[in-house]
Amino acid sequence: MIEIRGLTKRFGDLDVLRGLNLDVARGRVTAIVGPNAAGKTTLIKSIIGLTRPDSGLVTVDGVVVNGDERYRAAIGYMPQIARFPDNMTAGELLRLVRDLRGHGVKGLPRGVIVAPPIDEELVERFQLRTALDKPMRTLSGGSRQKVNAALAFLFAPPLLILDEPTAGLDPVASSVLKDKILGARGQGRTVVITSHVMSELEELADDVAVLIEGVVRFAGPLTDLKRCTRQPSLERAVASVLTRPVAA
Amino acid sequence: MNAIRTIFLYQLRDLARSKWLAAYGLFFFIASEGLLRYGGGDVRAMVSLSTIVLFVVPLVTAVYGTVYLYNSREFTELLLAQPVRRGQLYAGLYSGITLALSLGAIAGIAVPFIVHRAVLDASVRAMLLTLLGATAALTFVFTGLALLIAIRCEDRMRGLGAAIAIWLALALVYDGLVLVAVATFGDYPLERAMLGAMLLNPVDLARTLLLMQLDSSALMGYTGAVFQRFFAGTGAVIAAVALTVWIAIPALAGARAFRRKDF
Repeated sequence: MIEIRGLTKRFGDLDVLRGLNLDVARGRVTAIVGPNAAGKTTLIKSIIGLTRPDSGLVTVDGVVVNGDERYRAAIGYMPQIARFPDNMTAGELLRLVRDLRGHGVKGLPRGVIVAPPIDEELVERFQLRTALDKPMRTLSGGSRQKVNAALAFLFAPPLLILDEPTAGLDPVASSVLKDKILGARGQGRTVVITSHVMSELEELADDVAVLIEGVVRFAGPLTDLKRCTRQPSLERAVASVLTRPVAA
Repeated sequence: MNAIRTIFLYQLRDLARSKWLAAYGLFFFIASEGLLRYGGGDVRAMVSLSTIVLFVVPLVTAVYGTVYLYNSREFTELLLAQPVRRGQLYAGLYSGITLALSLGAIAGIAVPFIVHRAVLDASVRAMLLTLLGATAALTFVFTGLALLIAIRCEDRMRGLGAAIAIWLALALVYDGLVLVAVATFGDYPLERAMLGAMLLNPVDLARTLLLMQLDSSALMGYTGAVFQRFFAGTGAVIAAVALTVWIAIPALAGARAFRRKDF
């Protein structure tokens, strides 16, 4: 689904990505893990086109990411920080993005708006209906994160990119979201996820990519990672990869 | 086109609910109302109001535009993650903010003139229209500069500092420097240099437009006086063209920076 070849990105004196290669398989959940400042968020932003790499290539479903916006119609993105305009209500946010998505389809006669398929399951299960009319500033951090999640899933996108999706969610909401992620995988959709909670990734991930200092140190199925490192859990396996000297 | 309109309308709705924008409009309403009542005649009220506009509009729009963009950083990222072109998002953002800020100030200034029926007088009406035009032009110039700064500069404190520095330079320091130059090189024919100097400053340009309309030396500004003497008839046209360039350059530079930015 996603192919990344030789991706480099430098911010000032900082080499954030240094020739990163990664393949994300269709219909699987891929966890991106690594220490802070390993380049996880920059990698995700390169896939979405928020950050322009210095060199290298990102391909999403066969389309090279080069500034054309259309491929993003297939992506649902949940950013790490859920901050919305203070006066906006959640309902307005959903409508705004819905309008933008409807207009995003090109090559149609003027005035024809294709309504994308709408998946409001998370709105219902998070019980957001009553919150939809309230200004976003009056919502708690957890509620805003719920809106953030509902928005990412709203258009039933074939590719979901979730940056720390369960941060700030209570256990019930967190379980609902995890069910939703596994359900999406069940429908053959692709999920890329980052998290600091390894037990959560263990529950969700099929594949793991371990990032260190802007390169991928390990990429492959979760079971392989555990077997190679002879560790019982993802957390210990990742720790063992991170502390292991670089293999030639 | 539709994406631009969607974002533009959202911006207008968002800013229409902003307390800051309401306070900004109210400020001009009180100034306009107060000057009309106690300012000693419509024309004198207009002159005082012009001075306030030339001072306040650049400052508020430069600061507000910068802060607004920094505050909506995460939201901008969220919108950019949708199938929207960056140029479209910028166009919607720019037109929404500039129009909302212009309308806020224009409504505040104009309503008392309408309520007091001062607009029935043709010359007052012409002056008022020029003043409102200058208000809109300065709003576009300084909001454009503010957005450009906020796009180019990652650090919000430095960005805010830069916005205020530009305002200080163009609204205050510039005229001071021109006066120093005049005082120092007063023996030389400086008019042409002064004209060139004025075209480089949008606040001076707006002041000239107002000065020509008001036909009043009450407005300070050395360059304005020179300009009027030189170009009596065509001066307004030249100033208007130069102002348009001043609006276009930051706006286009902002669009370019926005398309290339790493969010």
